[in-house]
Amino acid sequence: MKRITCTLLATCFVLLAGNKLKAQNEDLLKLVKEDTVKKEWASGAFKSSRVINGQSMELIGKGVLDVRILHRFGLVSNGAKEFFGLDQASMRMGFDYGLGTNLTIGVGRSTLNKELDAFFKYRPVRQGSGDGGFPFSIVWVSGVTVFTIPWVDTTRKNYFSSRIAYYNEIIIGRKFSNAFSLQVSPVMVHRNMVTNGDDKNNTWALGIGARLKLTKRTAFVVDYHPILSGREPGTKDPLSVGFDIETGGHVFQLHFSNSTGMNEKAFLTGTTSDFWKGDIRFGFNLSRVFQVGKKH
Amino acid sequence: MNFGIKKLLAGLCFIVTTTSLTAQDKYFTKSGSIHFTSKGAIETIQAGHRSITCVLDSKTGALQFAVLMKGFEFKKALMQEHFNENYVESDKYPKAEFRGQIVNNSEINYTTDGTYNAHVKGKLTLHGQTKEVEADGKITVKNGKLLANADFTIQMSDYNISIPKLVKENMSNTVSINVNCALEPLKS
Repeated sequence: MKRITCTLLATCFVLLAGNKLKAQNEDLLKLVKEDTVKKEWASGAFKSSRVINGQSMELIGKGVLDVRILHRFGLVSNGAKEFFGLDQASMRMGFDYGLGTNLTIGVGRSTLNKELDAFFKYRPVRQGSGDGGFPFSIVWVSGVTVFTIPWVDTTRKNYFSSRIAYYNEIIIGRKFSNAFSLQVSPVMVHRNMVTNGDDKNNTWALGIGARLKLTKRTAFVVDYHPILSGREPGTKDPLSVGFDIETGGHVFQLHFSNSTGMNEKAFLTGTTSDFWKGDIRFGFNLSRVFQVGKKH
Repeated sequence: MNFGIKKLLAGLCFIVTTTSLTAQDKYFTKSGSIHFTSKGAIETIQAGHRSITCVLDSKTGALQFAVLMKGFEFKKALMQEHFNENYVESDKYPKAEFRGQIVNNSEINYTTDGTYNAHVKGKLTLHGQTKEVEADGKITVKNGKLLANADFTIQMSDYNISIPKLVKENMSNTVSINVNCALEPLKS
């Protein structure tokens, strides 16, 4: 019996002492159970919605207007008399708008061939971490281009439909870490009219885009589109390397490339310079975003 | 006799344990809110958070907050991305914490409805840096629940949050913070 009493007494003291100790210096936050890790979306795999020429796995966000001014210059190898190509400029002005978090539409006009283009970009699958997070993003892009320069050959019957080309692209990309992102994007361009009778209407390419972040606001980017089939005779695989520089709402993409085209049809079927022979041009993309609509 | 002592002790034990379990001296919330504003010459940065955790021990006056940095919502999507990626580096430092004390805790009567001034002192950990902060706030006791709110300012540079030179002129280093929490008794 005495033993039981002793045990009870001891228990009493332990409980009392325990309570006292607890009140001294405890971690109050531990008393509240933390919520389980919520699903988190990956964001900022690329600084811009374009790697350089090609579309990136990033969308601009709901209610965001992205005004894009793109320039491609002449060959650097033209030397000082052409100011290393800067005397010749080709440009595209574009407006992208985020209809939803996962849907962007855009229009643009390039000086090259006086070409208009329009596209939509939809992300059915977004990379995320935590519960139900998917390891990569899948983005679907489809667009149409119309060149508006006068017909060269006016003696034949020219159809408006001949001015039109389409492109379809699937981007599969992953932000591996804060510093490194990689995407592959099979893309098909269909031209209603080609230069010569035996040229292929369909051109297939595999886009490869990568980003390596150098500092918080600068990154090194590579954009490569090897042509897999249906190559337009005389054209080369477009390759661009450059830097992304971000300052608040602006992103500057400065790069060297062998292509002049600034829409998918133009750079996949019209890149005639050979990067490896030093036929390189300087170019830049300037992007400025405005939050014009509601985010939610 | 022996039996009587045992009964008494058992009773004592019961009292000790139950009082320590039922005493309502801790209050908490998981849905407190924080708003911050930083008014620069050109750019005003504003964001809100509606799920911060706060625990208050009314006996000791100990007060602690935990804030998940990714929970801040901005009007501009890009601003939110930059906040997380470039300024507070949420992947590296996912949480901000405050651990402190209501200095004048004895002046607050947690059992009587009313509004009391509270002076809070403590350590704020943000972006991996810990600094002392002080704030004046109010605690309103109503029907056994508490409403706590406070305003204070911090300097971004105190927490190693740097503003790039290009936009330094546009932005302010000072951030005004407003905290608002409705606390309920914590049942352990």
